[in-house]
Amino acid sequence: MPLDAAPLERRVWEALEAVLDPEIPVLSVVELGIVRHVRRADDGRLHVGITPTYSGCPATEVIERSIREALEQEGLSEVVIDTVLWPAWTSQWLSEAGRRKLEAFGIAVERSPARSPACPRCGSGAVERLSEFGSTPCKAHYRCTSCLEPFDTFKCI
Amino acid sequence: MSAAAGSATPASDEDHFRYVLRLADTSLVLGQRLSEWVGHAPALEEDLALGNIALDLIGEARLLLAHAGRIEGRGREEDQLAFLRDAPEFYNVALAEQPNGDFGATIVRQALLDAWQLELYHSLTASTDERLAEIAAKTLKECRYHWRFSCGWLVRLGDGTAESHARAQEALDALWRFTEELITPDALDVRMASCGIAPPLAVVRGRWETRIGAALGEATLLQPSSEHYPWHGKSGVHTEHLGHLLGEMQHLQRTYPGVTW
Repeated sequence: MPLDAAPLERRVWEALEAVLDPEIPVLSVVELGIVRHVRRADDGRLHVGITPTYSGCPATEVIERSIREALEQEGLSEVVIDTVLWPAWTSQWLSEAGRRKLEAFGIAVERSPARSPACPRCGSGAVERLSEFGSTPCKAHYRCTSCLEPFDTFKCI
Repeated sequence: MSAAAGSATPASDEDHFRYVLRLADTSLVLGQRLSEWVGHAPALEEDLALGNIALDLIGEARLLLAHAGRIEGRGREEDQLAFLRDAPEFYNVALAEQPNGDFGATIVRQALLDAWQLELYHSLTASTDERLAEIAAKTLKECRYHWRFSCGWLVRLGDGTAESHARAQEALDALWRFTEELITPDALDVRMASCGIAPPLAVVRGRWETRIGAALGEATLLQPSSEHYPWHGKSGVHTEHLGHLLGEMQHLQRTYPGVTW
């Protein structure tokens, strides 16, 4: 949330912090970095800009619906959702709190495409990538060669 | 009505609409093809990979179809454009509609198209159509790891066993003739390049040939020497395979018009 946010916008950001990603229910849409703006536009209506993580992510529509429902509970029903494509989402926008929650949930996070993640279970750096694709578009599949457990990794894009 | 390259001729809406449809249809048809693998791939990891790539492609197609619908201005949305057009009104390149064949043939088709999309969308990020440039920037990120997957497998199969090498080479020999239309401009490509919406296809051609040439070399596969054959998928002239693909893809909307769930 921008530090200079007006009271209404502040309320919206707080409400959005309670809207969870349906596929990774430990992360809010704010922690995921997909909320790009909250503002009252010239048309007098409240606009919430969200960006898809991946073009084909099936969660995008569910997320839009959850955002509308959360804001309706705040008494804000005339919300316009803008789909923002530029700049394209990057895993760098995942907040630090979001990274910690993912790791605690058992999903590792790639810090750079060149560096393998550490095993979220035993912390070992001895891991191998099984597939660049995982159970959702945003994840790759790894295996720890120390504790032998397979694990999901949030891809670096 | 071909415009000289370099002059800034404004695009007609009809041209612009059709060009964006070409991009959308190639992603949609290829995504539909790849999704036929779900539940049938040789290993779970590859099943997930092909399904994920299909999902990306269909997502990209949705953004492009919605954009095309706005350019056309007749109120057609993504679903109407995807489900209620017949084969001659589809403008995908014919390579995208070719049947999956075995895993090797799917990988060869995918590598040829991934390398092309990667270079094309890289150039389209500088399109004078701002929305198209935004979609291209998003798509480009996804093209990069699609290419890593298909190029990686191309090398493993080509430089693998005698059997995998022979099958990959056979697929390459059969599919190569469809690559001509990827890299040879027709009148619409020339008009789009002259107004800055699309890059000159010669630029894409050079980069594509370098990328594919290097990958084939590493895979120990021989680039077919046969002449390219000019297909016209992007003008709506398709091989017989597209009609069957659309029959399956459009069945539900055609049978129950307007159905949602």
